[in-house]
Amino acid sequence: MSEAREKILRGIRRSLGRGPRLGEERAALQARLASPRPNLIPKRARLPHAEQVVLFQAMAEKLDATVARVSSLAEVPDAVAEYLAARNLPTTIRMSPDPELDAIPWDRRPLLTLHRGRAAPEDLVGLTPAFAGIAETGTLMFASGAARPATINFMPDTHIAVLRSSQVVGDYETAFARLRAAAGREDGLFMPRTVNLVTGPSRTGDIEQTLILGAHGPRRLHVVLVDDEAH
Amino acid sequence: MSAFPVTSRNFRKNTAKAHADENLRKALKRMESGAIVRRAAVVAELPEFDALRDEALAIKNHVLGNLDFYLERFEAQVKAQGGHVHWCATPRQARETILSICQAVGARTATKGKSMIAEEIALNPFLEENGIEPVETDLGEYIIQLADEPPSHIIGPALHKTKEQVTELFHQHHRKYGREERVTDPQALVNEAREILRQKYIDADVGITGANFLIAETGSTIIVTNEGNGDLTQMLPRVHVVITSIEKVVPTLEDVSTILRVLARSATGQEFSSYTTFSTGPKRAGDLDGPEQFHVVLLDNGRSDLLGTEMQDLLRCIRCGACMNHCPVYHSVGGHAYGWVYPGPIGAALDPHFLGIEEAQHLPNASTFCGRCESVCPMRIPLPDIMRHWRERAFESAVTPPQQRFGIRLWAWVAMRPALYRAGARLAMRLLAWLGRREGRLSSLPFAGGWTAGRDLPAPQGRTFQELWAARRGARK
Amino acid sequence: MSGGAPAGAAGGRPRVGLFVTCLVDLYRPTVGFAAVKLLEDAGCEVVVPEAQTCCGQPAYNSGDRPDAMAIARQVIEAFRGFDYVVVPSGSCGGMLKDHYPALLAGDPAMKDAAEDLARRTFELTSFLVDVLGFENVRASLATSATYHDSCSGLRELGIKAQPRRLLAKVDGLELKELPGAEVCCGFGGTFCVKYPEISTDIVAKKTADIVATGASLLLAGDMGCLLNMAGRLKREGASVKVRHVAEVLAGMTDEPAIGEGGG
Ligand code: SF4
Repeated sequence: MSEAREKILRGIRRSLGRGPRLGEERAALQARLASPRPNLIPKRARLPHAEQVVLFQAMAEKLDATVARVSSLAEVPDAVAEYLAARNLPTTIRMSPDPELDAIPWDRRPLLTLHRGRAAPEDLVGLTPAFAGIAETGTLMFASGAARPATINFMPDTHIAVLRSSQVVGDYETAFARLRAAAGREDGLFMPRTVNLVTGPSRTGDIEQTLILGAHGPRRLHVVLVDDEAH
Repeated sequence: MSAFPVTSRNFRKNTAKAHADENLRKALKRMESGAIVRRAAVVAELPEFDALRDEALAIKNHVLGNLDFYLERFEAQVKAQGGHVHWCATPRQARETILSICQAVGARTATKGKSMIAEEIALNPFLEENGIEPVETDLGEYIIQLADEPPSHIIGPALHKTKEQVTELFHQHHRKYGREERVTDPQALVNEAREILRQKYIDADVGITGANFLIAETGSTIIVTNEGNGDLTQMLPRVHVVITSIEKVVPTLEDVSTILRVLARSATGQEFSSYTTFSTGPKRAGDLDGPEQFHVVLLDNGRSDLLGTEMQDLLRCIRCGACMNHCPVYHSVGGHAYGWVYPGPIGAALDPHFLGIEEAQHLPNASTFCGRCESVCPMRIPLPDIMRHWRERAFESAVTPPQQRFGIRLWAWVAMRPALYRAGARLAMRLLAWLGRREGRLSSLPFAGGWTAGRDLPAPQGRTFQELWAARRGARK
Repeated sequence: MSGGAPAGAAGGRPRVGLFVTCLVDLYRPTVGFAAVKLLEDAGCEVVVPEAQTCCGQPAYNSGDRPDAMAIARQVIEAFRGFDYVVVPSGSCGGMLKDHYPALLAGDPAMKDAAEDLARRTFELTSFLVDVLGFENVRASLATSATYHDSCSGLRELGIKAQPRRLLAKVDGLELKELPGAEVCCGFGGTFCVKYPEISTDIVAKKTADIVATGASLLLAGDMGCLLNMAGRLKREGASVKVRHVAEVLAGMTDEPAIGEGGG
């Protein structure tokens, strides 16, 4: 198909009435890619950090997620167990094999059964660590990796995300900047295989435009928001 | 199933059919009250919405002016991360490329996320003919696949179906899975589809998705969905194929963030869609899930010919559907009347490019030019202007019917001769006023059946303004 | 003199060329005289050039660009030298203001003249409110009315507040907002006869909304839309009367309403 490639590129240049971008023009385009700059960031997102955390929670709840705030990682097992019990949900959980989640003292709630690894069809509850929380729309960002299989974000009926308050940012751009910084490379090759921006549970309006939650992905999205910042 | 025939030529017949379809009329009515209100509400919550539209427009214009550069960069980044990019000039090349990817892994079924490009290249019938079962997983697409119908809206493909019709379709097609009961509640219907499709994702060898955007900076493809079907489609099978088109590339993650802010708000009136997913290459060493192969099929299909023309702005389209959600003609005739993949104002402006103006001549003509599409288009595409350009091309190339051409030219000839025009107008209006003298209106009139079929023709007052004005001036002097 | 009209180029009253529009000329001269009265009340000298016929939209929107350009040139010539050009129609006003410059952008001889005309051209209510700051409406009409925003005026020229502001000054008039006032009435120029089924379907929704307001009078600023909506209302046997907004503002409501007999 490299014939088609040449044909398409030639066609584009012919239509634009120019040859390939070279020299300074090319350098300018490369520079634009090499140091990406945010465009307009809505005012809604430009808040002091503590208010961003509040906004994150408000937006997530507005968009049909639930949020529980706890003051330390040690309180996560209680929050998870209470959430599941209140909704009569199973206590067997598929959890990302992630060191940070492993560090949580799960033995406080011995009735929670944890399975680590990628999601299996029979899993009903999934628990994964978020990479960021984006306040402007109450959106969670998940980054896949060996310790964070993306299937857990989608297959179980109930998805519980653990988000630390220091991971909350105002806008998408800041979350992407953190992703870039975490990889520490400047060649653009920093994206994990899958990055999911998740805003509320799965939904559809395909039958008579009636909103129904839980189309193919999770029916419920719960965020355990852990306060990890000094006050 | 075979490829759906193009019926744009039969727009009038399609319209009559649509007008007789009570279910469709109800569905369209729902949209008028639902989609429009939701969009307006969410836009009102974001004061920067119009400024973001301007930035989104500028980003896309920048891309289109440098499309070759950004596509090459995108390709290089995909390759650097172990993916493949297949350039396809024609729908046929795209179909064959996808088939050969499927055949190389011995695929029997392919799950599919929603993709308008897959519709554009008529992928499903082609895969079927070649022994591969395509399974649509977006609920709307799944419903119309069962019904063997084309989509009627670019983001709500089954918008024209009632829940009773869905009940019947599921009942008929799900018996083979041992489901005998008729399910009628929308929630239960969704659950049934969810359960049946779950197994399909797991069994599929290849997952095919579209892409809303391609990122040159990182080599990522992006899908925006609400159901999560696109995610399961791409993460469970061994092979992920992205079928997309060349104008979807965007420079950076920052640029796409700007466009994402206007997309869901325009499309569904949501602050943000449930799932915005960035896929970059195949699974990485150590990853526990994700596809082993990642292919991007890049379709041109004549898009590159639009660059540098008065139609270039069409390539800014992000397929949000706002234009059709707000279109009085779409509200009247629905999506199928347009007779091809893209309905509504964007279809009326775009389809003639793919189908030829002769086949598609009705589409740009069947518009009141009310301009509401352009006023809500997040990318500020001048849809009425582009439709007018198509009318010009039709007029120039004599595709416009001869009576119409002759009528317009004759009228213009007279309009260029004010004295003659005034004299003719005086006579004509006097006659018309006399005919309507009793009621002040006419309920029928030869040669005006188009007007009087559905409304009366108000009678003129009898004298023209010019006539009366001349008299008044005479009197004043 | 009222409304503090800005002085014309010669320092006296502004000289306004009235672009009557073909539909007002042919169908409803009352609207033309209403426009003249309002402009004169606002302190303008009004001239009606004889060499005008139509703005050219039928040709332009039918794809007949050469004829549309020829007509545009004719209009530009006919309206040279006026301080302002005023049009009792958003659609024709939009044609002169938005589309002529685009149509003649490639014609070096006419490009500047087209832009100059565009700068001087205003829709009637917008001219009264935005340019003249005219407040002194002296009309009364004891009835309830609803107002339809014609598409080109609304979306090309931003006309929404101006007619309402002027109507609020009409003694005895109660304005009931029309739900979906910004939705097209289905006229669309030649569209309404090329696709009558769709046009009728659209206007029938509009008339249902109009009737539901309970208003006795429908107003709008474009003759095309008015003829379409009046024709449909009459076909349905509705009792709602239909008039151009200028007639009410000028207090010229003695003539039968659009589509009514007995004149
Ligand atoms: S033309 Fe504009 S409104 Fe219509 S689908 Fe494209 S981006 Fe959306």
